[in-house]
Amino acid sequence: MIAVGIVWPAVQTIGLAFVDAHGRFVGLQNFVSVLQNPETVDLGRFPFHSPPWGSLLHNAVWIVLHLPLSVILGLLLAVLLQRAHGAAFLKGVVFLGMVIPMIVGGVLVRFLFDEHAGVVNGVLRAVGLAAWARTWTDYPQTALFALILGSVWLWTGFAMLLYSAGLTAIPRDYYEAAAVDGASPWQQFLHVTVPGLRPMTTVIVAMTVLWELKLFDLVYTATLGGPGGSTLVLALQMYFYGFRALDPNRAAAVATLLSLLTLAVGVGFVRSSREGA
Amino acid sequence: MGDREDRRRAGGARWRWRDVARDVVAWLVGLIWIVPFLGILMSALRPQEELLDGWWSLHPLTLSFRNFAAAWNHPSVPLSSGIRNSLTVAIPATVLPVLLGAMAGYGLLRSRSRARSPLFVVVVFLLAVPQQMVAIPLFKLLVQLHLINSFAGLVAVHTAWGLPWIVMFLHNYFATLPAELEEAAQLDGASRMTIFWRLVLPLALPGLAAAAALQFTWVWNDFFFALITIYDPSELLATQRIPLMRGQYLVDWGVLSAASVLVMAVPVLVYTLLQRNYVRGMVGWTLR
Repeated sequence: MIAVGIVWPAVQTIGLAFVDAHGRFVGLQNFVSVLQNPETVDLGRFPFHSPPWGSLLHNAVWIVLHLPLSVILGLLLAVLLQRAHGAAFLKGVVFLGMVIPMIVGGVLVRFLFDEHAGVVNGVLRAVGLAAWARTWTDYPQTALFALILGSVWLWTGFAMLLYSAGLTAIPRDYYEAAAVDGASPWQQFLHVTVPGLRPMTTVIVAMTVLWELKLFDLVYTATLGGPGGSTLVLALQMYFYGFRALDPNRAAAVATLLSLLTLAVGVGFVRSSREGA
Repeated sequence: MGDREDRRRAGGARWRWRDVARDVVAWLVGLIWIVPFLGILMSALRPQEELLDGWWSLHPLTLSFRNFAAAWNHPSVPLSSGIRNSLTVAIPATVLPVLLGAMAGYGLLRSRSRARSPLFVVVVFLLAVPQQMVAIPLFKLLVQLHLINSFAGLVAVHTAWGLPWIVMFLHNYFATLPAELEEAAQLDGASRMTIFWRLVLPLALPGLAAAAALQFTWVWNDFFFALITIYDPSELLATQRIPLMRGQYLVDWGVLSAASVLVMAVPVLVYTLLQRNYVRGMVGWTLR
């Protein structure tokens, strides 16, 4: 069942990526055509013009911004909520972003940045930045960044949950020993907490990068890749090529490209967890 | 007395001040997550006219379930049948892989095979592969089998996709159960199947609950597989109906919020009921 449902289709997709519409072998031509398309990489606009920069670069920008933000926020929350009052409730609410369907996540992000109904613009107006108040997802200059911020908001719960579990696994003696040696709380954090959480960090980074590469639902409901392709990502591009433009070969090339990236992350993760074990 | 006072001021009071500061910061940061969820709930409960200046302006405040009713009986994409369809898919797509996964995981464990390490690699790779990688051939296969617009087809896809990590997760869970009980039952002449159904499965109930909670949430929340297999308007799943409820130009936030609340209520309910199992599953499968 797994072979029929996953392995064989994946192999067929690789096959599709190397042939043309008539089934003739064309080598890397589909990949070249995809990579030269400004929908994938638009070096004419990146980085000095506003998006669209192309799906591949959008995914890359997503990783560069979303990964550090969500990991650091997750760690901060885990430490902050270790002993705070009402921590269980707060953790539950933060983690909701991981429980709800990403289709609803997209609605929430769109809602947050709406000109009239969105709380982000309400806050901006309240602090005197009314000029910034507009529907962020409707303008190419801001849509990508609005979605990235929204995705940080949705995903932070994952890092927080794993870091919380990791924190309880660090023996209390380590902190006591460090305190006896005269380490300040900040030094304890740097020299006990951070190294103690390293295995968790590996897991979190791998899962987060995978999520950033595979983004689909969130973008689908929030902007559908728009406006003007400024939030297009690889997974959505594959869907448009394969199921809207009915071009299975270029769709397969995009899918294969995306899989190469995700599998690289997978290989890295297996390697580092072997070393850790 | 003065001595004790000083000591308390130096130690206790300072610590208490720090605790208060930590709580305040924690709740302020927590507001970033509380406020948007409160917002979607407020929009769902209030008429569209009251949302034009933002859901946080409270005058006038009219609360009603009208938006929920409108989403439930939506003229083109009623959420009522969406939720029914989603349940029709999610329940078998949870029960089936958890049962199969339990049998496979137990079999692997008792055959003392060295499958554990390769299994881990397979699971990581399947986790890494995006759904888009199988989309086109899977679609063609389902067309050939007349399983487009079929819930059975979608259940099969989810079963195949969920099975590897369920096998691994339950294999690891069974490994933590004490082997003595099984050996005793075997001496009493119980068959392998009896031991599995009567002894192992009941003992592993928390593990099964964790796997079921995660798989159910995953299937319920899925959008992409539904998008490429279900096209008939009457068969669309709940997640597929949400994007269709968004107007072309004007977004009716009341109805859209109500629909979102209804669709996310199901996994949130599963999460709250099975919170401990859920978290254990989440942490468990990422850490082996």
